[in-house]
Amino acid sequence: MSTTETPQVPGFEIEPRDLRHLADAQINVELDTGDMILNLGPQHPATHGTLRLVVRLDGERVIAADPVIGYMHRGYEKLTEFRTYPQITTLVNRIDWLSSFANEVPFIHAAELLMGIEAPPRAVWIRTILTELSRIATFYLFLGEMGLQLGALTPAFWGFRDREHVLNLIEAATGGRFHPNFNRIGGLKDDLPWGWVSETRTAMKAILDGCDDFEDILIGNEIFEARTRGIGIIPGEIGANYGVSGSNLRASGIDWDLRRDGKPYLAYPELDFKVWTHPDGDSFSRYWVRLQETRESARMVLQLLDGLPSGPIMAKVPRIIKVPEGEAWVETENPLGQMGYYVISKGATGPFRVKIRSASFSNVSILPWLLRGVYVPDVITILASLYFILGDIDR
Amino acid sequence: MLQLAVDIGWGWTLAFKTVLVLAVVPLAALVLGYTFLLKMMSHMQSRLGPMDPGGFHGWFQLVGDGIKFLQKEDVMPAEADRRVFAIAPAVVVISTFLVFVVVPTGPKLVVENLDVGVFYALAVSSLSVIGVLMAGWASANKFALLGALRAAAQLIAYELPLLLAVVGVVVQAGTMSLQGIVHAQQAGSIFGWHGIGFPFILTQFVGFLLFLVASQAELTQTPFDMPVAESELVAGYMVEYTGFRFLFFFIGEFGTAFAFAALAATLFLGGWSLPWVHGAAADLLGIPVLFAKLMLVAFLMFWVRFTYPRLREDQLQSLAWKFLIPIGLANILVTGIFKVAF
Repeated sequence: MSTTETPQVPGFEIEPRDLRHLADAQINVELDTGDMILNLGPQHPATHGTLRLVVRLDGERVIAADPVIGYMHRGYEKLTEFRTYPQITTLVNRIDWLSSFANEVPFIHAAELLMGIEAPPRAVWIRTILTELSRIATFYLFLGEMGLQLGALTPAFWGFRDREHVLNLIEAATGGRFHPNFNRIGGLKDDLPWGWVSETRTAMKAILDGCDDFEDILIGNEIFEARTRGIGIIPGEIGANYGVSGSNLRASGIDWDLRRDGKPYLAYPELDFKVWTHPDGDSFSRYWVRLQETRESARMVLQLLDGLPSGPIMAKVPRIIKVPEGEAWVETENPLGQMGYYVISKGATGPFRVKIRSASFSNVSILPWLLRGVYVPDVITILASLYFILGDIDR
Repeated sequence: MLQLAVDIGWGWTLAFKTVLVLAVVPLAALVLGYTFLLKMMSHMQSRLGPMDPGGFHGWFQLVGDGIKFLQKEDVMPAEADRRVFAIAPAVVVISTFLVFVVVPTGPKLVVENLDVGVFYALAVSSLSVIGVLMAGWASANKFALLGALRAAAQLIAYELPLLLAVVGVVVQAGTMSLQGIVHAQQAGSIFGWHGIGFPFILTQFVGFLLFLVASQAELTQTPFDMPVAESELVAGYMVEYTGFRFLFFFIGEFGTAFAFAALAATLFLGGWSLPWVHGAAADLLGIPVLFAKLMLVAFLMFWVRFTYPRLREDQLQSLAWKFLIPIGLANILVTGIFKVAF
């Protein structure tokens, strides 16, 4: 539990609607219904992975919720100490497995920073394109998944279907659908294949159309609004105190995006894009913000393709990579939020220590605060709208 | 009364009727499951799997599913109340069987033409909740228990709009017998024009919509599928069931959907009646005509099922008590006024 206790615990503010709950509470005292402890997970469809939520219930109302994490801990921070720098991209690929490419970028960036190498412009632009593509792939799954968690089957399949456009592009460029392992210190493994640029343009049009479909089937739906509006409200300040980042924070009205506000990285300073925010901070606004960001990403990719520079894709890099002594902290705006790598090098072929700041870990930490006083179905809505990847929590 | 061409004695007639009803339910479940669950849903959602097995349009998928269910091990939780656990699926399916007894498929083709047909059909269809409660309680599983209690609360809330929706039809037809209601629609006229009879949907469209919404809740289909809510309660009361027993629930679910679609077609769309067709021809055409009409209704039901998200339990209750029931009462009032006035 946090120290930032405010009287605005969801469900406990005194509103006419909630006087009913007080009456319920009185009846409950008279009838003395015992609490029930329900284990949501580690095997539960709504946790899409192995998150375990120990939920104390009174009827269907949550009294307390406690996330138990670590079922998928793979010890990546420790493993990096026994690998060389080029090998580590294979590991960090698997942290947030839906947007693997975006995971590689900050680590490679940190290594390049320590070595004083700068990737050539073409490599930087291709990296930016692939990062945005993996953002689209991640968000598309979310846009469908949210419907699935609320009981609507069709959007989920549309999400999977249209994500395929993006995965095919990533596969064509890198050779891997989920784990590209495409970044090299100082550039990229390969250049883009022939015809990839025009194919990407067509695919982005399909992605934008797919976003319209999601808007039609979910955003305008009364049941969807009834299920998400006002559910799981994260006030901006409290969210920021818990370390919530990315779209979740922007949906709480905080205009903060590392692509624009952070230390300049990739080609973002040269791009013209809008950072979407929503003042409400509820599940609906999280969905809405991600939908807009998907569109924005598609537009960014089109913009990037127009200005794709030519030239080499690899800088001059020694055959055996030894990173000079030093420390570097690189943080980027990943699909799930702020992702950072703190790399300490002692001049060997591998890092001395790597600390990974993953977005979902912090995003999930707000759950005990957020889940108090909501109903079981809303627990699912909130979990789905926070959108975490288990690999990103447990690393 | 079902009259056979040859009089074979009451015992054989009874046996024949029983076999007929027993055969209809699995067949109905098969038809709906195939048409809507596999084909319509696959087209809506661009699913490739169910379109593949067997070559043409994935016709083999349902057979394969059936074989899979039969092969599965019959698992019973150690803590379960074994006898209740075993009986529960049967109770659910029996309630489905009983509805089909009164649905007429032709002037003479009805297993039992009860005078209180509508009342009987709605009464036995709600028996299934007993099976659901038994399943949820006997499973010794918290998810199953939550699901079963949700199902019970939902049934109480939605039985009322369902009845109110039907009362309008009953008032207009002046009879509770399903056969009588079909005859009333066939013999009716639109401003003196006897062309297509008078399907009650023309005046009872509010009742028709109410009936569809309420039956959706009775069938625990999306947007009212909280009892089985896959993403919350995993599968609700069915969570501990495997193999053949699960198949029973499946048959019950789709069989009941078929029964409710048949009821809606009979009450609002004229049932087996077809314009200008009377006598023996009506008997012959009755089954295909009713089938076509009920498939239309089922299409609507499943379309909603595959499109909408699900409501929350309290939203479901307030929808029933604050909107559907007042609308249903107003519908009866208006119907009554028109009945007296004209």
